[in-house]
Amino acid sequence: MVPLSHVLALSMILFVLGIAGFIFRRNVITIFMCIELMLNAVNLAFIGFARQLGQLDGQLYVFFVIVVAAAEAAVGLAIIIALYRNRESLSIDDLDSMRN
Amino acid sequence: MAILFYIFAAVAIIAALNVVLQRTPVYSALSLIVVLCAIAVEYLLLNAEFIAVIQVIVYAGAIMVLFVLVIMLLNARREVPSSRSRVARWLGLPLLAAFLAEMLFAVWRYLPANMALPEAPASGPAAVGGLLFRNYVLPFELTSILILVAVLGAVVLAKKQL
Repeated sequence: MVPLSHVLALSMILFVLGIAGFIFRRNVITIFMCIELMLNAVNLAFIGFARQLGQLDGQLYVFFVIVVAAAEAAVGLAIIIALYRNRESLSIDDLDSMRN
Repeated sequence: MAILFYIFAAVAIIAALNVVLQRTPVYSALSLIVVLCAIAVEYLLLNAEFIAVIQVIVYAGAIMVLFVLVIMLLNARREVPSSRSRVARWLGLPLLAAFLAEMLFAVWRYLPANMALPEAPASGPAAVGGLLFRNYVLPFELTSILILVAVLGAVVLAKKQL
């Protein structure tokens, strides 16, 4: 079967790709999708550890993470819609009113 | 079985690269659906059948439909490159590469590939549900409150006037 280290390596590569998208993309929705990608990378690590330890608890953590991700997506997309309604833009370069 | 893991790992990494490299949000969203389905297959190979099904139904189904709906509702076009955040552009890639190398080195150093794998526990819906409603009842009930709050928050935020 697949060793734990390979599962963790895949998880880390996906996580780093998520961070890269978070840093380099300018669109709010794409950045939000990169956060989902990072959540999934962590979930994969949880499942890998659950398999290695022979326990089901890790799978339940993933279950809860998916529930929280669903709630987060609903609220986050509502925030994005409210932002677009006020700014007419999806670029994070236009969303800097907290900075000035 | 093991070869399937590496095939779908490659699929997931290539699709994740596409998520990051595409400038049009719809293409990113469709690539992300491919990543989520590939990860669901990895769950299946790691003895997490229930989570794999949940992943496809909730993540690739519900959440990504919500994303695609919002992208189409707001008519998100190809993003324009900006000259802001020059620090991120020049420092980001080397730092990320260093981070990845460090993490991979730690895994390679401390987790040998020939670790003994214990017998896989029964992981069907019955086993997961039993554990969920026996040991994790309180977190489960709290998530229902969280979902309720999230639904109310989404309705309030998306209203015309706050």
